[in-house]
Amino acid sequence: MGEIRLEIPARAEYLALARQVVAAAAAVEPRFRTERIDALRLAVSEATTNAVESHADLGADERIVIRCDLDEERIEVEVLDQGGGFDPGGVPVVPSPTDPSRLDYEHGLGIPIIRELTDESEIRPSGAGTAVRLVVYRSAAAAARRGSEAVRAEPEER
Amino acid sequence: MHFALDVSAAPGADAVTIVAVTGELDMASAPRLRQELVSLASAGRTTIVIDLAGVDFLDSTGLGVVLGALKRVRAAGGDLALARTEPQVAKVFEITRLSDIMPLHDTIEAAIAAVVSD
Repeated sequence: MGEIRLEIPARAEYLALARQVVAAAAAVEPRFRTERIDALRLAVSEATTNAVESHADLGADERIVIRCDLDEERIEVEVLDQGGGFDPGGVPVVPSPTDPSRLDYEHGLGIPIIRELTDESEIRPSGAGTAVRLVVYRSAAAAARRGSEAVRAEPEER
Repeated sequence: MHFALDVSAAPGADAVTIVAVTGELDMASAPRLRQELVSLASAGRTTIVIDLAGVDFLDSTGLGVVLGALKRVRAAGGDLALARTEPQVAKVFEITRLSDIMPLHDTIEAAIAAVVSD
């Protein structure tokens, strides 16, 4: 199946559009479970929010590119910004909910949410900015099956 | 994108303010909710129930606003509770474990009882 490419201004008003386009792309494959599409919608919102923020910090006026690549088992989304880089190691470690200082952390929740909701995620520098790659399988079972196939395939490659 | 806030006094509990939110709560809409909650706290309305029944999407920016409001009202001796989250919204609170700090109530009445009993 083909690739969809969406280009949006680095502004918060376009987040809803980014979520809508990616969710609609995933829904093209009828076997995608609703909760997987919800997970993808949230992960895309987090990645695109980070992209918008990184542009705002640097006053960059370049656009954010969102690429979706769908097949019958999985959807891969890449969010590319020109915001001047992002250090995943710089994400603060958020205290546990039982720690009273937890209330001081209003930010830093986006990356943990992405890691929790996607089957694969990767944040890497790309050109002048950052590329965030998100992969969600159509069901948890499909993700587990694909994972075990990868494990089985490994010895043959040696 | 449709986003609306409706602020009212709780029926039978005048000291409690209910903020009903409708739409998607993200980086575009969250500043409006933050501003409303800051205004309420400045006006001494620090016992608040946020009714999320009309919210079909919420991300970490929305979480940050709710968390900021909780901190603000507790510092002023008040409290804040959340009511009627849709399952996909409740999930965001659960995976970040913020539901441990802010229990999600099924009804407005339960949320009101939680903030007035403290």
